[in-house]
Amino acid sequence: MTSLSHILSTEPYRLLIALAAIMAFVGLNAAYLVWVERKGAGRFQRRPGPTEVGPAGLLQPIADALKLLSKQLIVPAGVDSTLFRVAPMLVMAPALAGLAVMPFSESLAARNINVGLLMIFAFGSINVIAIMLGGWSSRNKYAIISAARVVSQDVAYEIPMLLVVITMIMLTGTMNLNEIVRAQAGGFWHWNLFRLWTNPLMPVTFLIFFICMLAETNRAPFDMAEAESELVAGAYTEYSGMGFGVFFMAEYANILLGCSLATVLFLGGWQSPFGVFSGLIWFLLKMYFLVFSVVWVRWTFPRTQFYGLLNLSWKILIPVSLFTLLLSSALLKIMPS
Amino acid sequence: MKTGLTEILSGLKSLFAGMWITLREFFKPTVTVRYPYETLKIPPRFRGHIELVRDAATGQPKCFVCKLCEKACPSDCITVEGIKPEGARRKTVTTYRLDFTKCSLCGSCVEACRDGAIRFSREYNLASVRKEDFIMDLFKRLEAQQLQVEQSEAAANSGADLKPVQPPPPTATPPATPAGPKPCEQTVEVK
Repeated sequence: MTSLSHILSTEPYRLLIALAAIMAFVGLNAAYLVWVERKGAGRFQRRPGPTEVGPAGLLQPIADALKLLSKQLIVPAGVDSTLFRVAPMLVMAPALAGLAVMPFSESLAARNINVGLLMIFAFGSINVIAIMLGGWSSRNKYAIISAARVVSQDVAYEIPMLLVVITMIMLTGTMNLNEIVRAQAGGFWHWNLFRLWTNPLMPVTFLIFFICMLAETNRAPFDMAEAESELVAGAYTEYSGMGFGVFFMAEYANILLGCSLATVLFLGGWQSPFGVFSGLIWFLLKMYFLVFSVVWVRWTFPRTQFYGLLNLSWKILIPVSLFTLLLSSALLKIMPS
Repeated sequence: MKTGLTEILSGLKSLFAGMWITLREFFKPTVTVRYPYETLKIPPRFRGHIELVRDAATGQPKCFVCKLCEKACPSDCITVEGIKPEGARRKTVTTYRLDFTKCSLCGSCVEACRDGAIRFSREYNLASVRKEDFIMDLFKRLEAQQLQVEQSEAAANSGADLKPVQPPPPTATPPATPAGPKPCEQTVEVK
C-alpha cells in the first residue's frame, strides 16, 4: 500500500492523477452548476425550477449532457474549420490549467508553484482570445459583433482586475497561492478581506475583484458576448452539440476558477473563520457561497448597456483600483509590519 | 468630484438593495401551479364548449330538439337531430353535433335555449392534432359520461369490503345503456 502510494506520488503518475481529478471536478461542477443556476433562477423568481428528471431535477444535467452529446457537430460552410474546432477547447483549457495551482487545502494542490497567481492570469487571458476566435471563425455577423464586444470588454476589465491583484501581491509579498492562504491563518479577522489596517479599502478591492470576475467570465449583468436577446447566442451562434456544450461548461469552469481565486485572495482559502478546524470544507463552503452570489447577481440585475459596461470599467473601477493600489502602497511604506 | 462620488455610493447602495430584495424572494415559497399534478380551480363562469344537460328527474337529456340553438348560432356550428318516440309528449335528441372549429364561444345558443338544456362545460383539455376531434357529438358525449359515472360507482361498490357500504345511488340514474336510439325507448318507459 505504501509502495503504491509512493509510486503514485512520483512525477508522471501524480501529474496524471491531478489532471484526471481536476477534469472530473470541473466536469462535475460545470454540470451541476447548471442545475444550481436553474434551480437558483427558479427560486429567485419563485418557481420550483427543474423537477421532472430525477428527484428535484437532479438528473437534469445528465439528460442535458446526453442530449448535447447525441447531437451532430455541424461545421457550417465557409467557417475557418480549424479555428472553429479549436476555440471551445481553448476556452476550457485555461480554466483547467488555472485550477492546477489552486490550493484546495493545505496539502491538496496539483502544483505548488511560486508564481501561481501569475500563471492563472497568464492562462486566463487566453480565454478572451478563445471566445474571440470562436466568434471570428464562425463567419456570422452576430458572432463577429460578439467577438468585438468580448475583446473590448475583457480588455477593459483585465486592467482593474490586475491592479487589484497587484495590490494583493504587494500586501502578501508573494505570488504563491499556498503562502497567500497561509498568511491569512487564525480567524476571519486575518483574512485579506478584513485586513483594514493594511488598507481600509479592502472590501472595495474585493468588490472590484468580484465585479471584474463577473465581467471576465462574461456573466450577467456583463454577458454582452452572449446577449441572447440581441445577438442570438453571440460568439456561440454557429456552434451545435458538444461544441456549444464545451463553451457552456467553460463558462462554469471559469466561474469556478474565479470564485476559487477570490476565496484564496480575500476569504482565506481553506482557513476556518474561527482559527480552528481548517481544511478543504471551508474552501468549498466559501467558494460555493461566491458561486451562489454569482447566480444571485445574475438573477437580480438586468444586462447592462455596452457603454455602461465600458464606462463602469474605465471611469469607476480603474480609478478606484488605482487609488487602492496607491493607498495600500503608501500605507505599506508608512507602517512596515 | 463630490457629485460623482455620491453617485457611485448611491448606485452601489441601490445594487445591494436589489440583491436584498431578490434574496428575500429566494426564501419565500414558490407560487407555481405544477400543472399536470395540480390544477387551478375553474371559475364558475368558465366557458368551455357547450354540453347537454341531463334532467335530474328522468336522467334523460333535457333537450327536446326545438333547434333554437341551431338558429341562434352565428357561425352555424350546431346541428341537432331528434325523433319523437311513440306516445311521448315531446321529441328527444338523437344527434347534437357541435363543430367546435367554428365555435367562438359567444354563448348565443345557451341564451337561446328555453329549457336550460345546454350549458357551458368545464372542459379545457382540448388539444388535438386532428380536426375531426373538434367536431363532436354532444349526445354521445353525454352518454359516455353517464357510462363512466356508473362504472366508477360500480367499481366503488365492488370494493365494498374495504370501504363502508354506500347507499345505492338514487334511482334517478338509469342503468347503463349503449348509445343510439335505445334511450328513447326508455323515455317511453319512464313516461
